[in-house]
Amino acid sequence: MRKPVEQIEAATILFAGDSGDGSQSIGTQMTETTALIGNDVATLPDYPAEIRAPAGSLAGVSGFQLHFSSEQIHTPGDLCDVLVVMNPAALKVHLHKLKPNGILIANSDNFARRNLRLAGYEEDPLESDALTKYQVFRVELTQLTRKTLETTQLSTAEIDRCKNFFALGMILWLYNRPMEYTMKWIKAKFARKPQYIEPNILALRAGNAYCDMTEQFAVSYDVKPAPFEPGTYRNIEGNMATVLGLIAASHQSGLPLVYGSYPITPASDILHGLAKYRNFGVITMQMEDEIAAVGVAIGAAFSGALGVTGSSGPGLALKAEAINLAMIAELPIVVCNIQRAGPSTGMPTKTEQSDLLQMFYGRNGESPIPIVASSRPFDCFEAVYEACRIAVKYRTPVIFLSDLYIGMGAEPWKIPELSELPEIKPNFSTSADTNDEFEPYLRDPETLARPWAKPGTLGLEHRIGGLEKSDVTGHVSYDPENHEKMVEIRAEKVARIANDIPPTEIFGAQEGDILLLGWGGTFGAIRTAAENYVAEGLPIGHVHLRHLNPFPNDLADILKRFKKILIPELNSGQLLQLIRSTYLIDAIGINKVQGQPFHVFELHAKIDEILKEIEHF
Amino acid sequence: MKRKRTSRIPVGAPTLTRNDFKSDQDVRWCPSCGDYSILAQTQRVLPELGIPKENIVFISGIGCSSRFPYYMNTYGFHTIHGRAPTIASGVKMANPDLSVWVITGDGDALSIGGNHFIHLMRRNFDINVLLFNNRVYGLTKGQYSPTSERGQKMYQSAPIGSLDTPFNPLSLALASGATFVARSVDVHADHLRPMLKAAFEHKGTSFIEIYQNCHIFNDETFILQRKKEHKTDHTVLLEHGEPLVFGAEHDKGIRLNGFQPEVVDLTDGEHTIDDLIVHDQHAEDTTLANFLAGMSDTPDMPHPMGIFRSVQHPCYENLMTKQIRTATERMGEGDLNALLHDGETWMVS
Repeated sequence: MRKPVEQIEAATILFAGDSGDGSQSIGTQMTETTALIGNDVATLPDYPAEIRAPAGSLAGVSGFQLHFSSEQIHTPGDLCDVLVVMNPAALKVHLHKLKPNGILIANSDNFARRNLRLAGYEEDPLESDALTKYQVFRVELTQLTRKTLETTQLSTAEIDRCKNFFALGMILWLYNRPMEYTMKWIKAKFARKPQYIEPNILALRAGNAYCDMTEQFAVSYDVKPAPFEPGTYRNIEGNMATVLGLIAASHQSGLPLVYGSYPITPASDILHGLAKYRNFGVITMQMEDEIAAVGVAIGAAFSGALGVTGSSGPGLALKAEAINLAMIAELPIVVCNIQRAGPSTGMPTKTEQSDLLQMFYGRNGESPIPIVASSRPFDCFEAVYEACRIAVKYRTPVIFLSDLYIGMGAEPWKIPELSELPEIKPNFSTSADTNDEFEPYLRDPETLARPWAKPGTLGLEHRIGGLEKSDVTGHVSYDPENHEKMVEIRAEKVARIANDIPPTEIFGAQEGDILLLGWGGTFGAIRTAAENYVAEGLPIGHVHLRHLNPFPNDLADILKRFKKILIPELNSGQLLQLIRSTYLIDAIGINKVQGQPFHVFELHAKIDEILKEIEHF
Repeated sequence: MKRKRTSRIPVGAPTLTRNDFKSDQDVRWCPSCGDYSILAQTQRVLPELGIPKENIVFISGIGCSSRFPYYMNTYGFHTIHGRAPTIASGVKMANPDLSVWVITGDGDALSIGGNHFIHLMRRNFDINVLLFNNRVYGLTKGQYSPTSERGQKMYQSAPIGSLDTPFNPLSLALASGATFVARSVDVHADHLRPMLKAAFEHKGTSFIEIYQNCHIFNDETFILQRKKEHKTDHTVLLEHGEPLVFGAEHDKGIRLNGFQPEVVDLTDGEHTIDDLIVHDQHAEDTTLANFLAGMSDTPDMPHPMGIFRSVQHPCYENLMTKQIRTATERMGEGDLNALLHDGETWMVS
């Protein structure tokens, strides 16, 4: 008899185990399947910096959280409905994220004394009263997988590596999801090691059948597809969206893409992604250090290519001097900063948005540089494309900010039409542009951009460099008045980019009590909180800034329309400082610096507090 | 000789002269600086290379030598300290048709830019690197550099004497896999010009160390190799396939004694030319080149001048171009729309 299916609106699942247990892999598969059947989905991979920390240790726990819904969602969820743990350490690290009465699936085979001790448990929590407020399912995942695969040719160690698919099979059953997409993926993944295809598929099926057969699981759940705008969709991670955005900018501008990089978490996936696309003419160069990586981008820009470099905070610190060279030389490069928790090496696999002031100010001298930030995984495509557009149009380095949370998080993306992409026109100077001496700092009167003259162009031979240069001619100059003038021109050029920024979109109330002002990867949590208050009819709005330097022209006016400006940030208040000093207003910060994204309830708590204050006045 | 990528001046076009390569900027090195001579020889050689001047790019870092691009009427980029190799790599990669020249000094290339220098050598871009070695930081007024001799007194930063062991730029370049390594002297115009030309003709990274005087902060450095009256006894000219003979009367030679170089007198009746080391600049093995490079570290040995090594290896930019070509043949020319729709997609209507 078929077991009953319960309709629910949304679910949040967290897979956790040792780094080698394959939690990331089955999390990604569950995400793919869920997106393909039409739910909205958001993910949060959470893994340690160690590639393989000691087995069973708290330090080695790797997790993958996904939230899916029949409605539009913006975050990977605060608390989980289902927690799958492969060992006691995973339970210890993640139990606090499970909702009361939530489902806990534990691989009981791994709850032996040694693993319990490693996780700091005196006694087996599965046997004690510690978990009474949850629905606990003890599953002998290791033994069941071994029994399933005992007739295969695989060694026990190899068989044990299939147990994550047994677990995935269970979850697919629990949420009534088809197994076919995962099977297809397994076949592709192990195309060169075909001996692993059948066993992984067998484990997947066995996990599925186990739930169907065993009396433990009495009910399964279904989440209907979410309403999406018409279009063609795919699932995409932020770093991959960045890769596609860069290739699109290269393609649409006709400029060859040269990407210089040095390996660093969490930016390396952009290098890996781009390196696959040589057939798009993409040149990737893994350089000897961060400085060389930005150096090749600058050289490529001087030669007339789209020069791009990517890194994270520590790498940006090293690149600062070279970025400043591109600034004064007025060459178009794009610098991607996929932020992680600092300072110094900090927490390389945890998210944060604490490099904003570094990007604003972390260079010697007066050094204005445009900054564009992406707000969610798929937004990386548009935001990095916009960074390229600004760089080329205004002949300036542009910083593109992303972070680990959106860089590695995934969600469905409505694939844009190529015709929707803004134009990027290099407008190179030609030999015809000059009849006498070429003037490399003669500016466009509207944008203040200087000419871009490629080496190889007859008659435009010129010299540039890091020394202050004379207005118009570009010759080296120590003239005091000229220096001040050049400083002002460079600032004014960046300020004029605001003329390109479309009117700011305010979600919710257009004026009223509270404006939630955010930037970057906090979009999901802030928008979810805003939606909740707007649904209650409260006068709360949300503005999420893509352009951080310059700010949009209409921002000053928008800020005046609300009684309180609340700025949630995963730092100690960096946009907060900029807004307060730029607009002389008493904005309030909501700050979290734990290497973890906001929970929506954390925002609710602060917003409720402010609302109360407003009522009292 | 493989064809250079750098496009040639069309037949019949007016030939360029030295003056075509002079920029309108006043040259501002100290009077009698060795850099004047290097600049003049470069401006004399470039018209002989047969390439249009708009295809030539000079890129420098920071230091006295790095002002060089401002004085050349070509494309030029005066960048930041030590980083010229990285920017030159980007310039060359984005347009392999350009003739790219890096101008650097001992501090710029070997101290702050040491890492970039060795990696440039191993990548083997078709780039020419001229290192002006005056064994001192001139622009910052007289500190010891990575090529200053140990114990040497530098009145600013080593008043009692430098403690560092100096780098040998040629040994470093050879250890990094450089395919063309040469040495010349600022004021030996007739030697420097052919070296510049050979560096240009070599396909791959060409490295020339140029001994250079700093009249202000390290006057008379390399005096024995630079001055006419000394140089015949203190330098030995390297010629491919020729024995290592030197001296005013060609009366001395270098032979191998164990693993050490030894100066022998060819007039003493005991030694003949057949005892001497014969130079082979095309040897794939770097033992001989390393041995010759090490001679300048050995007291009382003449310093070899000329081409130490010149071998053909694939250039980075050509390998990259080949990867792009192969990938395009295999996967077809990139189709952006197809790329955006790559993988599993679904329609919502």
